[in-house]
Amino acid sequence: MSIETPARTKRPSSDRKIGSTATGTKVLLVKIAALAIVDAISLYALFIVFAQRDWVVFGAILLVTIVVNVVYFSKRMLPAKYLVPGVIFLVVFQVFIIGYTAYIAFTNYGTGHNSTKQDAVAALIGSSQERVEDSPAYGLTVVESLGTYSFLVTDPDGDVSIGNENSPLAAVDNATIEGGKAVGVPGYNTLNFSQIVAAQQTIAALAVQISDDPNDGSLRTPDGSSAFVYRSNLLYDESAGTMTNTNTGVVYSDTGVGAFTASDGTELRPGWKIEIGFANFARAFGDESIRGPLFSVALWTFAFAFLSVATTFLLGLFLAVVFNDRRMRGRKVYRVMMILPYAFPAFLSALVWAGMLNRDFGFVNQVLFGGADIPWLTNEWLAKVSIILVNLWLGFPYMFLVCTGALQSIPEELQEAATMDGAKPWAVFRFIKMPLLLVSIAPLLISSFAFNFNNFNLIYMLTNGGPRDVAAGVNVGATDILISMVYKVAFVGAGRDYGLASAFSIIIFVLVGVIAAVSFRATKSLEELN
Amino acid sequence: MTLQSRGRMATGAILLTTALALTACSSAGSEDKTPSAGSLTVWVDADRAAVLKDAAAEFTKESGVEVKLIQKDFADIQEQFIAQVPTGKGPDITIGAHDWLGNFVTNGVVAPVELGNKASEFQEVAVAAMSFDGVTYGVPYSIENIAMLRNTALAPSAPTSYDDMIAMGKAAGTEFPFIVQVGPESDPYHLYPFQTSFGAPVFGTNADGSYNADELTIGDAGGDEFATWLAAQGAEGNLNISLTGDLAKEKFNAGASPFFITGPWNVADAQAAGIDVAVDPIPAPGPNTAQPFVGVQGFYVSAKSENTLAASEFLTNYIATEEVQTALYEVGGRAPALTASFEAASSDPIVAGFGAVGATAVPMPNIPEMGSVWQYWGVTEAAIISGQADPVGLWQKMAADVQGAI
Repeated sequence: MSIETPARTKRPSSDRKIGSTATGTKVLLVKIAALAIVDAISLYALFIVFAQRDWVVFGAILLVTIVVNVVYFSKRMLPAKYLVPGVIFLVVFQVFIIGYTAYIAFTNYGTGHNSTKQDAVAALIGSSQERVEDSPAYGLTVVESLGTYSFLVTDPDGDVSIGNENSPLAAVDNATIEGGKAVGVPGYNTLNFSQIVAAQQTIAALAVQISDDPNDGSLRTPDGSSAFVYRSNLLYDESAGTMTNTNTGVVYSDTGVGAFTASDGTELRPGWKIEIGFANFARAFGDESIRGPLFSVALWTFAFAFLSVATTFLLGLFLAVVFNDRRMRGRKVYRVMMILPYAFPAFLSALVWAGMLNRDFGFVNQVLFGGADIPWLTNEWLAKVSIILVNLWLGFPYMFLVCTGALQSIPEELQEAATMDGAKPWAVFRFIKMPLLLVSIAPLLISSFAFNFNNFNLIYMLTNGGPRDVAAGVNVGATDILISMVYKVAFVGAGRDYGLASAFSIIIFVLVGVIAAVSFRATKSLEELN
Repeated sequence: MTLQSRGRMATGAILLTTALALTACSSAGSEDKTPSAGSLTVWVDADRAAVLKDAAAEFTKESGVEVKLIQKDFADIQEQFIAQVPTGKGPDITIGAHDWLGNFVTNGVVAPVELGNKASEFQEVAVAAMSFDGVTYGVPYSIENIAMLRNTALAPSAPTSYDDMIAMGKAAGTEFPFIVQVGPESDPYHLYPFQTSFGAPVFGTNADGSYNADELTIGDAGGDEFATWLAAQGAEGNLNISLTGDLAKEKFNAGASPFFITGPWNVADAQAAGIDVAVDPIPAPGPNTAQPFVGVQGFYVSAKSENTLAASEFLTNYIATEEVQTALYEVGGRAPALTASFEAASSDPIVAGFGAVGATAVPMPNIPEMGSVWQYWGVTEAAIISGQADPVGLWQKMAADVQGAI
């Protein structure tokens, strides 16, 4: 058999050699065509990004394009040819996101601090324009002369006046009137709507004083066809960097907290995003509403993740062993049925279970327990049990699948040999199959632990962290795990605090990372068995 | 060689998709970018899109300004608007609910809208809901509130009082005397009419009708009475924390109670289930009128829009017309905010019934402090209903927690 093999392969290999130059040219053409398309698309992207003046993205695209071209046109760098696409994806979808989360953790990004100081000033000034009470609405025609826009306004009494940025309203008597509204005046060009739209940023910013006294207010137009009298109650002093409330005289200044702050500590909202160092991490460990429940929540998180893995693994393994027995009939049908829970979306199953475990109207109490009032989801301890049970239902098919696969890869000879040596079935399983199984399953158990550690969907959909002890005064319930607590602390309540949430993500990331690293190290001892 | 070149082709293919993905990102970015003068980008949910398309076409015809409608999932709009406006990639106009306004203003993402003399053409509560700190930020198009649905086959006439309703419900011999959704963390929104009937609104109001966050009135004497009442109703089984929204609807549609306290969104399904429904005011268990919350929806202008004039023109002179408001009512079934359209829609007794309750109702607070209220409110009510501890003590504890959080 082994003698024949070289003879068999020899002929085709010489054939291939003739064909390979033709294939080589074809491949080269395909390669050039593919790279040409990539480069064309990159070039197009570069133009767009250039137009948007987004230099970071511009640099990134340029770099990627150059790297791709160099790698694929070079005759060497074979490993890079395989690695580059994967590395690009890794950077875009993993490294960048982790890096960005880490950056956000050091900022105050969240409700009231979601943009730049410049935007905050603009928004404050914009919303500080108060329409003067009981002031009339003016009919407006925007007119232009020598590049200066003016407001030609008709008040409700029919009196016409004109004014612009530099000169307050003054009466006009020679205007053209149409339908009770002045539409033109000699010496000025009347703008139609599309001309107004073309110049709308200038016109929207235009404020025409109604008298020489600026405190009487200014005319502004929201739509180009009518004007109203506004007074601003906030004044921004650009050189001093302060906001002054013109009604109360309170001065708000930038004290480095990312908002204009008065001397008594009141802040003007919106503020802006700043970098705040380790303040989010300090809050994560120091804030009473977080520190109080942190210990019990962390304990339950570990218990939940460990019990979830242990129960699903044991049940999955048991079923895998049972269904792996050749004496069992209809194994395939049973196996398909076992995998069904895995085929439903987990969050949907959690919702269905929440309905079935309802105390008064749920299927479990009504049908299985004959109308009992068992508080499955509203008692502190039963809720924990319910969560583990539902997660068992959701998770065992996965363990069943991987255990079946691993069991089938163990050679039958080993079992036969052990049986010949007089080992009982339990001993065969305990000393032969189990160690071999663990070599391939242990890493999956670790990843399953990491997954359940952050199993937000299940908790959120089944109990939403509840039941909550109202007397405790914190928004954390008996079944909240770390990630759902983070969600509540950062996103439920008055505002969203992306900075704090990111800081927590980093902490949980470190926690899970350390556990995984330690566990992986431990699994090495399993491999040594072989 | 073959193997190697095949590998190269595969990597080439992967590379191509990488590049496509990268450019897809960048080109999508350029589409979302605020367009140059002469075009408006509007975020709208799927139901409203068709109506806006017609209004937009008319606006484009008359003004020459192009309107780009982008369909969004309504539930995602608030988050995305706050995140995208600061980057300059948000829309010029978005659809939204009035209780998002506090969050929008705090984040500086909305620009004021001057309704001018049009303000009086809207129902007062709608404009009040779209205002924050005395400034109007949005153009409303619909108002929505809860009322009481009555199964006319089980209860031929409207109850005169709360006790009357319970008596009628018991006389009907159904599973529940009346139904209101509660759920494991309670539902303060649906129970609010009962709470206001005891004279315990969440916040005090300023002279102009806006809410005053400094004056938390939820813990007043009326609140204690309401808490005691909640405990009594929980003990009697009239309120049950197992009755979630889905179950409540299912039970009413199955004829398990003559009365159902809910909103117009459940009417169509009840009628489809063959129930002849009438809409009545919510009977007050306390001395005052039972005032539910009103939810208003409307359109906001982005603070970073470069097309403010065109956006204002579109909203005040096209969206705020009777024709468009009526069309929006016809697709969504929500009562129009424009008085003229509302009166036209009131020929439908269901709309008229909800509208009559809405006329006495109060806007749901849009101040950001409301977020701190929700997180304590529901669970406390749930604890009281299930009889966990002294109702007054729990209620006062909640008021103190809310005050602390604010």
